[in-house]
Amino acid sequence: MTDNAKKPKKVLNKSKTKVPMREQDPKERIYNFEEVPLGYNEIEATQEALRCIQCKNKPCQAGCPVGIDIPAFLKLVGEKDFEGALRKIKEKNFLPAICGRVCPQEDQCEMVCTLNKPDKGREPGGIGRVERFLGDYAMEHNLTITPEIAPATGKKVAIIGSGPAGLTAASDLIQKGHDVTVFEALHKPGGVLFYGIPQFRLPKEILLREVSGLEKMGVKFVMNYPVGKAESLRSIRERFDAVMIGTGAGLPWFLGIPGENLNGVYSANEFLTRVNLMGGYKFPEGSDTPIKKIKRIAVIGAGNTAMDSARTAKRLQPEVVYLVYRRSRLEMPARAEEIHHAEQEGIDFNLLHSPVEIVDDGKGAVGAIRCQEMELGEPDASGRRRPIPIEGRIKEFAVDTVVIAIGQGPNPLLTADVPELERDARKGIIVTNEWMQTSLENCFAAGDIVTGGATVILAMGQGRKAADAIHRYLLTGDPADHDATGSDVCGHLPG
Amino acid sequence: MGNKITFAKELAPQTKLFEIEAEHIARRGKAGQFIILRVNDEGERIPLTIAHRDPEKGTITLVFQVVGKTTEMLADLDAGDEIHDLAGPLGKATEIPTDKTVVCVGGGIGNAVVWPQIQALKEAGNKTIAILGARTKELLILEDEIKALADETIITTDDGSYGRQGMVTHALEDLIQRGEKIDEVITIGPVVMMKFVCKTTEPYGIPTQASLNPIMVDGTGMCGACRVTVDGKTRFACVEGPEFDGHKVDFDELITRLNYYKPEEQVSLSRYHQSKLESPADSSAKTQ
Repeated sequence: MTDNAKKPKKVLNKSKTKVPMREQDPKERIYNFEEVPLGYNEIEATQEALRCIQCKNKPCQAGCPVGIDIPAFLKLVGEKDFEGALRKIKEKNFLPAICGRVCPQEDQCEMVCTLNKPDKGREPGGIGRVERFLGDYAMEHNLTITPEIAPATGKKVAIIGSGPAGLTAASDLIQKGHDVTVFEALHKPGGVLFYGIPQFRLPKEILLREVSGLEKMGVKFVMNYPVGKAESLRSIRERFDAVMIGTGAGLPWFLGIPGENLNGVYSANEFLTRVNLMGGYKFPEGSDTPIKKIKRIAVIGAGNTAMDSARTAKRLQPEVVYLVYRRSRLEMPARAEEIHHAEQEGIDFNLLHSPVEIVDDGKGAVGAIRCQEMELGEPDASGRRRPIPIEGRIKEFAVDTVVIAIGQGPNPLLTADVPELERDARKGIIVTNEWMQTSLENCFAAGDIVTGGATVILAMGQGRKAADAIHRYLLTGDPADHDATGSDVCGHLPG
Repeated sequence: MGNKITFAKELAPQTKLFEIEAEHIARRGKAGQFIILRVNDEGERIPLTIAHRDPEKGTITLVFQVVGKTTEMLADLDAGDEIHDLAGPLGKATEIPTDKTVVCVGGGIGNAVVWPQIQALKEAGNKTIAILGARTKELLILEDEIKALADETIITTDDGSYGRQGMVTHALEDLIQRGEKIDEVITIGPVVMMKFVCKTTEPYGIPTQASLNPIMVDGTGMCGACRVTVDGKTRFACVEGPEFDGHKVDFDELITRLNYYKPEEQVSLSRYHQSKLESPADSSAKTQ
């Protein structure tokens, strides 16, 4: 196979639009936790891959935070060489079944795709969908595409946190021949991929399979081990040649309005953790962690976590799920697809409503949420039009449950025990240099603990960057990339 | 995988003590910290405060009372069995003063936590007085262990079956009245008891730490289920606690929050009892 984009032998598919992906009917899926988009079959994937015109400048690759050679893998799919395509992806991304599902492709590779001409009614290549197909293909055919592992370097690396940044760094560093141990505070691996993203968006079986792939490559996982508590960071730094902190943004924010500690008010993290990590939707039969029977629920926020919370709530069969957001539709930070799915499922959107108080039902639980109606004013510092209150317009929603999904800060469990680790005074995130190196010798950091709350793929991109720097640091003592051509990791692949 | 139970003992009806292999927790844990455990893969994560540690043996001691399905499944285990998984030590350690007079007021299962606190306080050179409350004599736990460490131990039972009859707050009030110069009070036990211990010390301005026991899910600062109001501010007990200035804690809110899942806990427990009746042989957690 060749990496160069030559003219494919196959006939291009000149369709302006993506090959549609079959989805579970909204009327049915709100009664189950099964996946919503059903994925492409071989024919659909091939047809979609053949829409790629193999343009020379590959804007998609530049638009991918982990730099996957997208035209190359699409070309291979077009030739029905699915295994070859998988190999091509895995050069840069060990977790295609996950990224194909949770990456915001519309803001990355697909946004910059040469085909993407919305004014002419032309959609970009369905890169995410084909990537997902390949991940699933590997699983269905039990293909284990394990990259070649470089000879052992004798260097030991500790990765703290098994979320997207940690898993990516683990995958890159094990391939470089280092001895990698991942420490996780919870009882399941994956971080937000397990506790946060719902089953219907990322089946846990897929995550666990990817993790077991890493184990087969030699990565050691230590669960139930909250570093900072179970062992000091200092001790980890002594026991290992290098450390990467990828502990994520796990500290939920609240609104700071009256009534927030009433029973029935959850952070999105608690709500999703009870349902996803602990399987609360199966209570009392398949799980001992309860989630209250919900009649009427309001989810506050409009990001992906808010959509996940609202759609998760819907599957618990309440009478109504309100989504409450203080700005307008245009400013909603969630992915278009998630918003679309939420609307299809009958989530009741209440935009330009800002919560001011959660009302007690008289028994210490939620009875209602009171919201100030807003209108858009002049643009603020972020360039978005500032929501301003419409005087006297207060709306009350009768609900028994409120989920606050307005974002989260860096997880304090580790950093609280290490005052010497330099952090941003205001945000609490770990300060790193351009090589993801912290203020402590041999200690790197990546993902949401560095950026604040962001996306899975950005955390993965950071994990890759940190792994790169750690590799150089381990070999030369200097994490800086003096020779820019050596910046890509994962050069040890067969074929 | 799991953590082996090396010793098990029934301390009182429905109250058990386990010694469990957990090497790093035995080494790193401090008085006042807790662990989170699960009994099986479908199990809840429940917090239990560390009652004792033996760094040499690499074991920790947990004392728990059967209050729901998970604790009952736990109680159905015995020496030689394994706890499915266990994480810790979590939370902040008790702040231990030096050369002071400290009164530890425990009630019921809370006395299990008075034990390591008295030990740590003694090691730091404090004068220690333990007030241990129980509903009745047979529910009093760890009396000998605590007596062996504390400078003075006062026992109270609600029904007068042992020690002095009455509440721990009466004993505490008497201690203050007799002129004992108390620098600090630490209290752990039922929320209502802690609330009244704090009310007792407040007029005298005696600093009082209360060890709170809200519902937790992850126990690592991630979910906020354990939030409590202290001095008008929301705090996460799992990472900022579990001990707080008792004079500033909103105990009524804590009580309300602790009751939220009572009906579900009841459902869970009765289902477990039913399953034990139906198949007594494989109902215990070991089979999971």
